[in-house]
Amino acid sequence: MKWALLIGALCLAGCNKPESTYARNSDVKAGDIKSGYAFLQDDTKALQDDDFANPGFLWVDRGKRLFETAETGASTCSTCHGAHGMPLKGVAAHYPKVDAKTGKLLNLEAAINLCREQHQGLEPLAYESDDLLGMTAYVASLSRGEPVSVDITGPAAKYYEEGRDYFFRRKGQFNLACSQCHNEHWGEKLRGDTISQGHGNAFPAYRLEWQDFGSLHRRLRDCDAGIRAEPQDYGSETYMAVELYLAKRAEGLAMESPGVRR
Amino acid sequence: MIRISAPDTAEMGEIVEVKAMIQHPMETGYRRDAKGDVIPRNIIKQFRCAYGGNTVFEATFFPGIAANPFLAFCLRATRTGPIEFSWTDQHGETWSETRQLTVS
Repeated sequence: MKWALLIGALCLAGCNKPESTYARNSDVKAGDIKSGYAFLQDDTKALQDDDFANPGFLWVDRGKRLFETAETGASTCSTCHGAHGMPLKGVAAHYPKVDAKTGKLLNLEAAINLCREQHQGLEPLAYESDDLLGMTAYVASLSRGEPVSVDITGPAAKYYEEGRDYFFRRKGQFNLACSQCHNEHWGEKLRGDTISQGHGNAFPAYRLEWQDFGSLHRRLRDCDAGIRAEPQDYGSETYMAVELYLAKRAEGLAMESPGVRR
Repeated sequence: MIRISAPDTAEMGEIVEVKAMIQHPMETGYRRDAKGDVIPRNIIKQFRCAYGGNTVFEATFFPGIAANPFLAFCLRATRTGPIEFSWTDQHGETWSETRQLTVS
């Protein structure tokens, strides 16, 4: 009996998760906050700076077309949001935002889909589809240069905390937290690349590695896969919360979408 | 889908820059998907630009060209006429777009 207890206790001790499931507390100092742009090579910067060479504009053009064209039986986005209605300039810089009606946290993609359902009577667009990416890119491009600024008070507070929790929680087979690269080691080398501070102000963005345009959630999935953690679903509540935390963390940086990233 | 940057007007003899970006995945045929199956090659093979009916720029593409190919070249404005951009993929499907250049 004694032996059984002892073996049981040893096993419990051995099987226990390590005490610290969180990385140590860290931050990028307020004066040091830099957009991912600062860590790009000159060639890649040039690609983002030239509105013709930037492939992201293929999606902005697509979004603009969708914005101005009516789908069967529905009004166009520009009917409400056109220059004489509610201009969308600067709006994207304040997302993610809590929806007053449902209390849910919405990023730009989700807000566009909600608008389609509520005001146009249309089906939501699939996450990461070229159409939704295009719409998001177009709306985000109207806020280029605007400083990122989100509200984390009131109903948004709990989402902010959830996002922060994810950022500092160690996960995956590498047992790494986001903060360990992007707060503690930004500016240093990870193989051939320079580690950025992990801001989302250029997304949706064209990534050379993808040879494609993608959302912030696609980027987060890549990061999670990179540390061998399980990627969350596109549009999941967890990534929405992370997006809010990242936006607060990047506060004051200029919106760059459609950005170009390595 | 193509994005084109070409001037509408030019002076006789002026050298103008023409730019084009074609939206295309330019899938090499060497990559595999998440299940391990080969993703079939899907590339543009030929690009051509004709000014007033004469070919002024032509390119043959291979799998090494990146997605969404971007081409920039110059031509001399000699007469008013259409600039026609056309491109063909490996299956033989052809697309084209035209811009008018007025020379004074």
